[in-house]
Amino acid sequence: MNEVILELDSVVKRFGDNEVLRGISLDLHRHEVVCLIGASGSGKSTLLRCVNLLETIDGGTITLFGQSLTDVRIDPDKVRRHTGMVFQSFNLFPHLSVLENVLVGPVRALKRKRSDVVDEALALLDRIGLRSRCDDYPDRLSGGQQQRVAIVRSLAMKPALLLLDEVTSALDPSLVGEVLDLLRDLASTGTTMLIATHEMNFARDVAQQVVYLDGGVLVEKGTPEEIFSHPQHESTRLFLERVR
Amino acid sequence: MVDETDARLSEETPSFFAPRRKQLLLGHRAIVASALSTVVIIGGLIAVFFLAPGGATVRHFFFNPHDMWQSLVGDHKQALSSVGLGLLINIRIFLIAEVFILAFGLALAWTRMTKSPVLMPFRILAIIYSDIFRGIPVLLVFLLIGFGVPALEISFISSQSLAVYGCVALILTYSAYVAEVLRAGIYSVPHGQILAARSLGLTNSTTMRRVILPQAVRTVIPPLLNDFISLQKDTALLSVLGVIDAVQAGTIYQDLRFNSSGLVVASLLFLAMTIPLTRVTDRLIARDRNRRLAST
Repeated sequence: MNEVILELDSVVKRFGDNEVLRGISLDLHRHEVVCLIGASGSGKSTLLRCVNLLETIDGGTITLFGQSLTDVRIDPDKVRRHTGMVFQSFNLFPHLSVLENVLVGPVRALKRKRSDVVDEALALLDRIGLRSRCDDYPDRLSGGQQQRVAIVRSLAMKPALLLLDEVTSALDPSLVGEVLDLLRDLASTGTTMLIATHEMNFARDVAQQVVYLDGGVLVEKGTPEEIFSHPQHESTRLFLERVR
Repeated sequence: MVDETDARLSEETPSFFAPRRKQLLLGHRAIVASALSTVVIIGGLIAVFFLAPGGATVRHFFFNPHDMWQSLVGDHKQALSSVGLGLLINIRIFLIAEVFILAFGLALAWTRMTKSPVLMPFRILAIIYSDIFRGIPVLLVFLLIGFGVPALEISFISSQSLAVYGCVALILTYSAYVAEVLRAGIYSVPHGQILAARSLGLTNSTTMRRVILPQAVRTVIPPLLNDFISLQKDTALLSVLGVIDAVQAGTIYQDLRFNSSGLVVASLLFLAMTIPLTRVTDRLIARDRNRRLAST
């Protein structure tokens, strides 16, 4: 096993009286792919947002590269530059061309020179077969294309860890495949990913570790084989039966 | 067996023809109908103008071609100000005020939305500011600034020309409106955009400048232009401070020649100035609407 880069220890998150995360503990190693599964509202998205400091936690600790993210001296912007995040609704910037979308992170957040980054950005777009669309605006692209650009936009920051929040849930069924293929490709080249997903077959294929959440509680975690073929808990079994 | 009482579809053959009266307004008849109503309405309005008991008097005192021309060009020797030259003042004040209003309005909107604890007092001040200047009639702001500030006798501030005070009054008032328009635009940008920008590691202010504002401004351009159209008109209030703008020039002509045609000339000039901007605004609104319809 590679080193642990992300460590969640009894993480608690509340929205008012509503406890969304109830003591989640989880380790993520370098080059590892972990899939979070569970019904909507089980806390998957919130968990990802907490790692990216888009939400602050109310208990427990999150440790990234040995540094506790709850430390007041932590600069959230620096944390986010190393943890890419991709959203269900793509959230590409509609006023920027595809290429500009990919450039905005390295140029505006990392303050790199535009001319130094353009080639990298074009190579990334080449990888997803959209180099020829680099001057188009996002609304000219299909949902699948937009989501692939959004993934590449995160990759342009060269993050140590990629957080993916149900990235295929807003897509036409016919467009899900191309996005999952890209993620498979990323997994095979060793990208560390924490993925919230409803695609069970994908999770089985790509994950080293599958985590089942229910009502903010980590019910069960294990290899895809353990979770999908021999679930230990009744609620895991029921959930898998329902989504099948 | 099917239930016989409900869940039965009608077996009558329906008729889809409009009633006869409504048929007169359908198809190519619609064009005839609209031409006819235009002639009747517009013709009626013109008839009222010409046939009214005082029609001839009004035409002489307000629409006299000779006086209209005289007031437009003015006459130096007889101390007659030119309405045309007066309008140049209105235009100049409008252009200067516009730039300051955008800058100050943006600063206000920004301050009002800040979450920084240090800037908290400024946030409260910004709220009070916009309450005050959206609440006081523009005319009163003109009078208070125009006559109040000189009375303060602060060396530099109190010794400006009346046109400057008028300009300041416009800036103070319209910034409050523009700030609110900008704020609405900023709030209209979907929250996902902020999340995406922040998750890339962009700072709060970079997110504002590079992601939120460009999108916000695009959506608020039509309402902003609307505000600028009324700003163009409100430059006419300069006249209450005694600045010889188009309106004041028309009034002077009226006082000296007992003829109000100069005021009509001023009105026509204001129309010539505002109508292009109005058309542009309407076009932008239509384009915006089409884009929205196309994207859904």
